[in-house]
Amino acid sequence: MKVLVAVKRVVDYNVKVRAKADGSDVDLNNVKMSINPFCEIAVEEAVRLKEAGTATEVIAVSIGDKACQEQIRTALALGADRGIQVETEGSVEPLVVAKLLKGVVEKEQPQLVILGKQSIDGDNNQTGQMLGALTNMPQGTFASEIAVDGDKLSVTREVDGGLQTLSLNMPAIVTSDLRLNEPRYASLPNIMKAKKKPLDVYSPADLGVEVTTHLTQVSVEPPAERQAGIKVESVDELVDKLKNEAKVI
Amino acid sequence: MSLTFDSARMPNPHMREEHEAWRTQLRRFVDTEIMPYAEQWDEDGHIPIELWPKAAEVGLLGLGYPEAFGGISEGIDSWHNWITNEELARIGVGGIPASLMVHGIGLPPVINWGSEAMKQAVAPSVIAGEKHIALGITEPGGGSDVANLSTTAERDGDHFIVNGSKTYITGGMRANWVSTAVRTGGEGPGGVSMLLIPTDAEGFSRTALDRKQGWWASDTATLYFDNVRVPVENLIGEENKGFLVIMTNFNGERMAMASGMEAMARVCLEEAVAWAQERKTFGKRLADHQVIRHKIAQMKQKLNATQAYVRACYESIESGTPNPGDIAMLKVQASETVEFCAREAMQILGGIGYMRGSRVERIYREVRVNAIGGGSEEIMRDLASRQYGI
Ligand SMILES: Cc1cc2nc3c(=O)[nH]c(=O)nc-3n(C[C@H](O)[C@H](O)[C@H](O)COP(=O)(O)OP(=O)(O)OC[C@H]3O[C@@H](n4cnc5c(N)ncnc54)[C@H](O)[C@@H]3O)c2cc1C
Repeated sequence: MKVLVAVKRVVDYNVKVRAKADGSDVDLNNVKMSINPFCEIAVEEAVRLKEAGTATEVIAVSIGDKACQEQIRTALALGADRGIQVETEGSVEPLVVAKLLKGVVEKEQPQLVILGKQSIDGDNNQTGQMLGALTNMPQGTFASEIAVDGDKLSVTREVDGGLQTLSLNMPAIVTSDLRLNEPRYASLPNIMKAKKKPLDVYSPADLGVEVTTHLTQVSVEPPAERQAGIKVESVDELVDKLKNEAKVI
Repeated sequence: MSLTFDSARMPNPHMREEHEAWRTQLRRFVDTEIMPYAEQWDEDGHIPIELWPKAAEVGLLGLGYPEAFGGISEGIDSWHNWITNEELARIGVGGIPASLMVHGIGLPPVINWGSEAMKQAVAPSVIAGEKHIALGITEPGGGSDVANLSTTAERDGDHFIVNGSKTYITGGMRANWVSTAVRTGGEGPGGVSMLLIPTDAEGFSRTALDRKQGWWASDTATLYFDNVRVPVENLIGEENKGFLVIMTNFNGERMAMASGMEAMARVCLEEAVAWAQERKTFGKRLADHQVIRHKIAQMKQKLNATQAYVRACYESIESGTPNPGDIAMLKVQASETVEFCAREAMQILGGIGYMRGSRVERIYREVRVNAIGGGSEEIMRDLASRQYGI
């Protein structure tokens, strides 16, 4: 069974992002970039399937400029077998990403595609679902547990009321939630080995996709600064403030 | 831009993608497996034995050692080492890297000079974090004057009989083996040999030196040898050629210490800047008082100089032309820098810096062990003067 995992290059979760002075975007100058944490979980799950003997090959795909090869290498260091970069410029919308991924799915014919449920930069939470619609494959989003049984995939999903279990026919699409697993550390030997693993580069045209835009980013503003706290004199005052100012009780 | 541990590191054109990948993974490891417990381990006076196999798994213990023994050396260079020393120093509990990585001084003699059988017996289990090795040079009678050490190893058939003692030995309480400097011949450097002594040998005993100014998390020990019989095969290198083994070991140890000290000094800067930007006195931020701004600028100045010097020495190692005198003086440069930065950071923090639980307070207490161990400042200057042919 072939597993395709999508990985995205995003601002590292430790970085305090700032808006550019002109409000056009987030300032990415000299900012540490990493693999999206949910994508890392997706890679880990795929690698575990391979270690369990369920998967035979794990392919990591990323869409972006040359720099995203760094994140593909991270996926390779975590245990993916080979990488694919679809070379694009600038930011690419979820729909275009989904179309490009569909192109890769058609080329590679994986039995299972695992994506992060969302990326921590755009927080769109759309790509996996759109890919499901475009490929007409069943999807199990927000997965906290998956199990392969023949050509069926059982997906436990974190939903509002608790856990929901779905049985999907493969090929299928899964998006990972935080609790799906805890990704391992890529060891130094594996980082070094990853340098030698194959990495193919495609253009959107190779996949028959035209990169278009449907969305315009109007402005980016920093969140309001947190106000300093105050000391209240009595419990009554606290209750009053919680009720009437914060309106939380 | 603010001055943080990362932003206060000057760019290094030698760092490639795989180096940054190693930094990222190592930092994740440190932040998850070590940082949350570091302070407690220091207070407890030891680190849990389970940390070694975990460190082995990420490749930390095998870094630079041959693949044949479970290490990773292909493609590994000084820049991987520098990152490793930096990231471990960033913990701000010096006893942790000192103890966790003590095989970095204990194992190279075996790897570089030991017999094939000895390497096979020792290296794989040490690199896997299952067993431990320490380096025993210093004696109660003296540490600086290595050539005059007095622990004896007398030949008796196919054994040596070892008598004497070693002290201040890092990792000494836990060690399964000690790469030990002994006197097999006459006086002076020409009578010194290196001998691998297993700590389960009869006549070996040890006591913990657990009340120290710093490095609490490290298991420092005094070792005693009372007619310990050690097979002749345990000689590391040739008989009476041990001084060379000891001297070649020092470059690596000093680079590790110097790059660690620079990073510790950078931690002091990071903590001081964060505090100076928060704390208000006399109606303005500490960082807005000129005296404080100048302290910070001066810390950065010394850090820059030390970083550039570390890089120059690693470059010389990479090109196969290390200069022991320059490396000795780098160690002094680094200990003076961390001494200065610990002092200034402590002044900026004020009372809070004196309280246990801050990285600056610990680093302040760990300045001296770095300025004395691995060759004291005085001895480093002396060595350099000789190297420079003054
Ligand atoms: C926490 C800790 C861990 C250590 N770990 C190890 C270890 O793992 N293995 C190991 O072998 N050793 C270890 N050491 C020992 C360390 O290397 C020695 O302390 C160091 O070499 C100095 O030796 P000494 O303490 O005997 O001081 P001495 O040699 O007695 O020197 C005392 C002072 O006199 C100065 N001095 C000596 N000779 C001269 C001279 N000719 N001219 C001018 N000044 C001079 C020295 O600089 C020093 O300041 C450790 C030490 C400490 C504190």
